[in-house]
This record gives sequence, structure tokens and C-alpha cells, in this order.
Amino acid sequence: MIKTDICIIGAGPVGLFAVFEAGLLKMRCHLIDTLPQVGGQLSEIYPRKPIYDIPGYPTIDAQDLIDRLMEQIAPFKPEFTLGERVETLLKQDDGSYIVGTSDGSLIHASVVVIAGGLGCFEPRKPDVQDLANFEGKGVEYMVKNPEHFRAKKVILAGGGDSALDWTIFLADVAERVTLIHRGDTFRGAPDSAEKVFELAREGVIDLILQSNLVSVSGNGKLNEVSYIGRDKIKKSIETDYLIPLFGLSPKLGPIGTWGLNIDKSAIEVNTFDYSTNVEGIYAIGDINTYPGKLKLILCGFHEAALMAQSAFKHVYPDQKLSFKYTTVYGVNSF
Amino acid sequence: MITITIEDRNGEQQPIEVPTDINLSLMEVLKASDYSILATCGGMALCATCHVQVLEGYDDLPTAGDDEMNMLDTLPDAGFDSRLACQLRISKEMDGMVFRIRGDEQ
Repeated sequence: MIKTDICIIGAGPVGLFAVFEAGLLKMRCHLIDTLPQVGGQLSEIYPRKPIYDIPGYPTIDAQDLIDRLMEQIAPFKPEFTLGERVETLLKQDDGSYIVGTSDGSLIHASVVVIAGGLGCFEPRKPDVQDLANFEGKGVEYMVKNPEHFRAKKVILAGGGDSALDWTIFLADVAERVTLIHRGDTFRGAPDSAEKVFELAREGVIDLILQSNLVSVSGNGKLNEVSYIGRDKIKKSIETDYLIPLFGLSPKLGPIGTWGLNIDKSAIEVNTFDYSTNVEGIYAIGDINTYPGKLKLILCGFHEAALMAQSAFKHVYPDQKLSFKYTTVYGVNSF
Repeated sequence: MITITIEDRNGEQQPIEVPTDINLSLMEVLKASDYSILATCGGMALCATCHVQVLEGYDDLPTAGDDEMNMLDTLPDAGFDSRLACQLRISKEMDGMVFRIRGDEQ
């Protein structure tokens, strides 16, 4: 078990800066992020995009901002658990928390700070009758191990790159591959689309266009998928697996089940200290909401500073907090 | 000033007046007009929660960029008249257009 003062969920710019504000008050931090590297969206999605509204920087590339934040927080020796998703939260008798991840890491902390940004990206699920009943029983939202589908009948649904790529790949592995797509063309990846049309012409796969999934059925395990095509007639296909591939969408994930007040997928906080309705849990940055909320990095930085002042009373309940300027006291590393 | 018509999830249509000199996206206008859309990603064509169907005027909109195309292609419920409101900048050409809100409510 990892022990720390503050467990920060999310290692984007706001989570990283929270380490600095906590460090000034002698609180240690451990950060968890579902991505394999720090930086959140900035490093994952737009590392080379310039940002123009960071005070003091007329322009700075997203990745450069992350690099500088890492340098700024280095004196406070933050620790990281990366590539793991936070799953569980257990409150202890003394008011502290144990946070558990998808890979079984456990972090014991006095305070939990959620700096989760957009949340975590989960597969988008189509609106298909009884789909949830067959999850793990023939319905899979990603291809983890293609061998799993060897000599099986597989239906894929979707029109994006991953639907095309897996159709091509599984055509060699599965007994039969069927791709169902609501359109009659594929707008992305022309090479993959051409290959899929070719496989269909050669009779290697079945390509069903202008059709939508409507229901799935089976006896404990999936064995039939129904769809409606252009002619509005419902048809069914026997299958072992259905793989809906409709991209990823950002969701709160397991955090949404922790008893926090949620409004439109964002966590409600008190702007006095960015605390949530649950004692000892704070939410800062894009993941929180309050009247007048602006999703700006600089607002997240401000929220981190106020959060740290309030979190102090949980970490050091017997000490009185006196506010100190870095210009007077400097930055004293651990 | 232009007028566009918005159809909410209950099928109710409401005209709204929008100034064209504000440099806002349709997503931002919808949010400002208190329509319930999540706009989780804040306008980066990442979440598709601002998915709209263009009931009138589709052909007069600028064509979608790669990011928007890729996102629309992955959506289970997108049609050929689908766009992401965050990628549509308010312009004079949008006068009289009709949009139906489609994106997830939660």
C-alpha cells in the first residue's frame, strides 16, 4: 500500500500544479492517471498546440507547459501511478481514504483531490435492445486479443477507422466476419475502406451497409443479432460475437458512483475551497462545476491553491495554517 | 443578426436570434441559450455531445474537417445531415437554418 497525504486523480496541468500548492504546505502527493504519461489532454491530444492564456507566457506549447510544471513540482517529489484507472474509494474510520485502481494499486491518503479533466474515455455504446445483458457474453467493445475470435462468427458494427481496421484483421482469423455500417461510404481512411469493399466483393466478408443494429438475443450467451436495413425490414444473423466499435467518449467513470453531487457529468463544488459534498474529497479543474465556472487551465490553478489551504486541516488537524509567500520564504523542498 | 431554429429533444422548435459578430460556435450559442448539451470537451471535436442534425441548410455549411469527420463516422446515431455544433462557427450563411439537438444528455 502506498501512503501519502493527498491522492490526486488526474495528472493533467491542474493535478500537477496542485502538487506545488500542496508542497508549499508540506503535504505530499501521489497522482494516478489512466494515461501512460503525465500531462492529460495537453500531452495526449494537443502537445504542439500553443496556449495563449497562461499568465506570464504570451504563448506556450501544451507539452512545454507540462514539462515546466514537472520542473516546478520536482522539489516536492510527487509520485505517480500511470496507466491505471481509479476504480474504488474506501473511507477509513479515521476519515482517511484508500483509493484502488484497475490494476490493484492501493493508495492511502488523508485527502482525495479529483482533477480528472474530461474524465476517462470509455467505449461509446449504441442504443440496442438488450445489449447490456450480453456484455462479456458475446458482446465486446474492444478487441483485446484477436485470437479470442479464431474460428468464430463475428459481427462488427461501426464506420470509423477501428471498425475498418479490425474487419480487415479479423477477416483472416475468424470463421466469418460481418461489418454493419449505418452509411454506405466510409469517410475516414480511404485505403482501409477500399480494402473492406474489396474483401466484400471477393466474398471473404459480409458488408451490410445503410443498416442499424436493433437488438441482440441468445440463451445466456449471444447467438443472434438483428438489424434494420434500407428496406426497413428487420433481419437477423447468427453469430458468436458482436463488437460495436463506435469510438470513445469521455465519461466520469467509477467516480460517478462515489456519492458526489453531479451536474451534467461535472462534480459540484463549494467555491470557498473547491470541496465536494463528501468530507475530504475535493474536485478541481475541468471536472468540477459551480456558478460561473470557466474551463480554463488558469482557473484550475487558482482552484488548486484554495483547495490546498483547505486540505491542510485534514492532513495536519492539530496545526494552525499560516499563509506564506514564496517571495518571502522561497520553495523548501522535501 | 441572424435567426436560426433549434429543435430540442422533445421535438419542440424555437427560433433564436444570434448576432454574427460574436465569433462563437453553434455549441456555445446553444449552451448560452440554456439548451441541455454537455459539451464535455469544450469544443475540440472529441466527445460528440454537441451532435446536431441539420434539418435545413446542410449544403450551405462549410464542409467538416478531418477531426469532425472522423468523430461523426464513429457515432452510432449519426446521419448524413449530422454535424458537431462545436465545429460550426456562427455566420451570416446560417440565417434560417434548422438544427435538431442529438448529443447525449449525460
